[in-house]
Amino acid sequence: MTDVTPSALGPVGSAARLSAMEARLKKRHRSEVWFKAQGLMAITVAMVFLVVLVGRIVGQGYTTFQTHTLSMPVYLNPERIDASDLEGVNYDYIVAEATMKKLGVQDDDLGTTSGKVMDLISRDFGFQLLNQLKADKSLIGKTVTVTGPFKADADLYFKGQIKRSTAQEDRKLDDQQLDWLDQMKKDGSVKSGFNFAFFTNSDSTEPEQAGVLGAVVGSAMMLLITALIAVPVGVMAAVYLEEFAAKNRWTDVIEVNINNLAAVPSIVYGLLGLALFINWLHVPRSSPLVGGLVLALMALPTVIIATRSALKAVPPSIREAALGVGASKTQTVFHHVLPLAMPGVMTGAILSLAHALGETAPLLMIGMVSFVPGVPEGFTGAATVLPVQVFIWENASERAFHERTAGAIIVLLVFMIVMNAAAVILRRRFERRW
Amino acid sequence: MLIWLSLLFLALFSSVAFMLGRGRAVKTAGGVARVLHSLPGYYGTYAALWAGVPAALLLLLGAMFGGRVEDAMLQAQRPAVVRALAVDRQAVFFSDAQAIASGIAPSEIAYEGELKAALDIKVAEAQRVDALIRYSVLALAGVLALAGFLLAFPRLSADFRARNRVEGWVGGLLLTCSIAAVLTTVGILMSLVWESWRFFQTVSPISFLLGTEWNPQIAMRADQVAATGAFGAVPLFAGTFLIMLIAMAVAAPVGLYSAIYLSEYASRPVRATIKPLLEILAGVPTVVYGFFAALTVGPLFRAFFNGIGAAMAGGPFPGVADYLMQVQNQMALVAGVVMGIMLIPFVSSLSDDIINAVPQTLRDGSYAMGATKSETVKRVVLPAALPGIMAAMLLAVSRAVGETMIVTMAAGLQAKLTANPLDTVTTVTVQIVTLLTGDQEFDSAKTLSAFGLGLTLFVVTLGLNIIALRIVQKYREQYD
Repeated sequence: MTDVTPSALGPVGSAARLSAMEARLKKRHRSEVWFKAQGLMAITVAMVFLVVLVGRIVGQGYTTFQTHTLSMPVYLNPERIDASDLEGVNYDYIVAEATMKKLGVQDDDLGTTSGKVMDLISRDFGFQLLNQLKADKSLIGKTVTVTGPFKADADLYFKGQIKRSTAQEDRKLDDQQLDWLDQMKKDGSVKSGFNFAFFTNSDSTEPEQAGVLGAVVGSAMMLLITALIAVPVGVMAAVYLEEFAAKNRWTDVIEVNINNLAAVPSIVYGLLGLALFINWLHVPRSSPLVGGLVLALMALPTVIIATRSALKAVPPSIREAALGVGASKTQTVFHHVLPLAMPGVMTGAILSLAHALGETAPLLMIGMVSFVPGVPEGFTGAATVLPVQVFIWENASERAFHERTAGAIIVLLVFMIVMNAAAVILRRRFERRW
Repeated sequence: MLIWLSLLFLALFSSVAFMLGRGRAVKTAGGVARVLHSLPGYYGTYAALWAGVPAALLLLLGAMFGGRVEDAMLQAQRPAVVRALAVDRQAVFFSDAQAIASGIAPSEIAYEGELKAALDIKVAEAQRVDALIRYSVLALAGVLALAGFLLAFPRLSADFRARNRVEGWVGGLLLTCSIAAVLTTVGILMSLVWESWRFFQTVSPISFLLGTEWNPQIAMRADQVAATGAFGAVPLFAGTFLIMLIAMAVAAPVGLYSAIYLSEYASRPVRATIKPLLEILAGVPTVVYGFFAALTVGPLFRAFFNGIGAAMAGGPFPGVADYLMQVQNQMALVAGVVMGIMLIPFVSSLSDDIINAVPQTLRDGSYAMGATKSETVKRVVLPAALPGIMAAMLLAVSRAVGETMIVTMAAGLQAKLTANPLDTVTTVTVQIVTLLTGDQEFDSAKTLSAFGLGLTLFVVTLGLNIIALRIVQKYREQYD
């Protein structure tokens, strides 16, 4: 066709063909642009989801890290305090009296005013008084200055989350209580600051006293057990499968089995833990020990898979060189191959531990949803962990707990980001390209 | 406490055995280590392993199973007064006897007369049995440690192949560890099948798998006789399927298109920023997604549909308007959409790998024929990657079916047979969680039904995974 000049086709046919082709080309380019735009839209949608998710949680949670405290003098009225029975004293009422004095209001016979005042001030004041009196009984009859948190609803008002513009019956605090709060704020006894109590307290039924310390310690203990079991067992299993095992039907079975285990839903591991560890071996329920065991079984396949790929990346020349100078198979693996694969192994281990840290579902099966008001006593004592704490608080009805839930999520995410960053740094720093 | 002390003692004994073994080997070589078959340390290690490992294993087994043996020995003989009690009261009796024997607070049940006498006898017996097991394990461990050492020590000489023996131990340890992975599967299967079998003795598998009414009644006390409850799991399967479909409707297109864009269109820096961001989305714990679904997406969707309902009020469809105005926070749509968001990075990273595995020569061939980029992707790359993408989708479906926290927090508890995404539905995983959280009688059909659900879930996800892995294996070889 090369010898046919365009003019030979005749003017009419050529123009029609050309325009048809151009139209087709235009259409094709349009669909090209549209396809690319679709891809871009998908990425944008995913990124928007990420931003909204993180933004919402930070937006809901950042106020947790701020708190308002009240300092006020409390007169330890000897008429109300029985020195022989310090535990039996109604400290909340003593605190309420002090507050009413400060506000310049009188209690009525029914105690409505003192009740309303008590709704504003945390019971933490009462505990502080009790502890001070236990340490020094001579304080009775004197006036001491106590600093403590407000109740959660009062704190939310200071943070602007309960608004005066809301109708009175739709909010927890009535106008009078809001007036009192404003009055206290005006006379300078209210201070806002960083919420240290959130990190030094454990779970509590009172939102303003609830913190994440118990859950953080519980998570750390559980993760320790998981790491101590899953990492050595997983690494050794991978070393066996990759370096020692003969390629036969058995190793194929083990390999398929490990790949499938990695995809078993986490809740099934919870059922396993319940049937095996709790009902059969009588490991204490809701303890870091049983949680760690279950998560170790869950993390095992991922550790094995990561270790195997790290071992595969070590070139055969290393093995051959070691064998060539007379090392045994075991010496080759443990003196040369495994140390060279270590950065990859550790990266994989940290990532699977980070995954285990965020796991919730299997822990619900083994009784970790119980209310644990302190730091866990040991590996066999009752404990709660961060993600379960999130779940428990999310279920609580008080609005202030929602803020704390988001706060706990932020703490959890920070831990996960730190672990992931450690894995990335380890990989960047020590990974060798062969 | 005793076990830690004895393990510590064993470790000391083991290190002594190490010293002695190494010393003996060097001595038989006349002080010239070069004459030895292996390095001196291997001889020491050999002696230490024989001295330490069998005894340590026995101690650990004793710690794990001693309590069970004690139970069995204590309950072998039941006095007539005890036999007269109900079965569960008998169990309380024995646990009280053990609690008193070990100085823990027993239950609040008061024992009187003959029963009290029987209890005292059992308490004494429990203390005796406890001491017996404890000290016999200790003594046996001591004998094993000594015997192991005495067995190994005389064999140590200059031409003893100590390294090979030690390496045999190491190989055994490695093999044991890889068997642990298999044992996990066996454990999962055994526990699920065993408990489900007990469940299927009260409820037939057919009515479980095909029944359309799910209403497990609450077993508050063992002596309560109430309705037997209905264990037809079809509404749960339907709910799981509905939520899975919604999730895949979100995750499949968004994940696949992002993977295509990232691997075919995006420049290197864009790829380098977007991929880690997607990984963040993948690393967020599911409980966080659940919180997001329950407190952000749920109220948002509810307000949206209520708003539409209000706008439609007085229009041609009063029924629809009324329904929309009554939509609640907990609906299948919320759980499904949030689960879809969770699955986006999963689908996208799997598809990305698969698309990247398609050889560049196929693309180059297509470009050479004058195809545009999108035509190449649609007509060449995607068909080549189709099996892998199918496998990725199946894996995502398996994840969606097994996902627990999002549905627990956002989907609801009501077992309804419905295809309406605005309705509240429940899933298999939600029911497992609800049935097993809190304190329950372990023998009731209600608790055991959770294992029946767990077995179904395990079989379904396992089937999906196996199919997915087979597809990948079968079609991967084409381009390698």
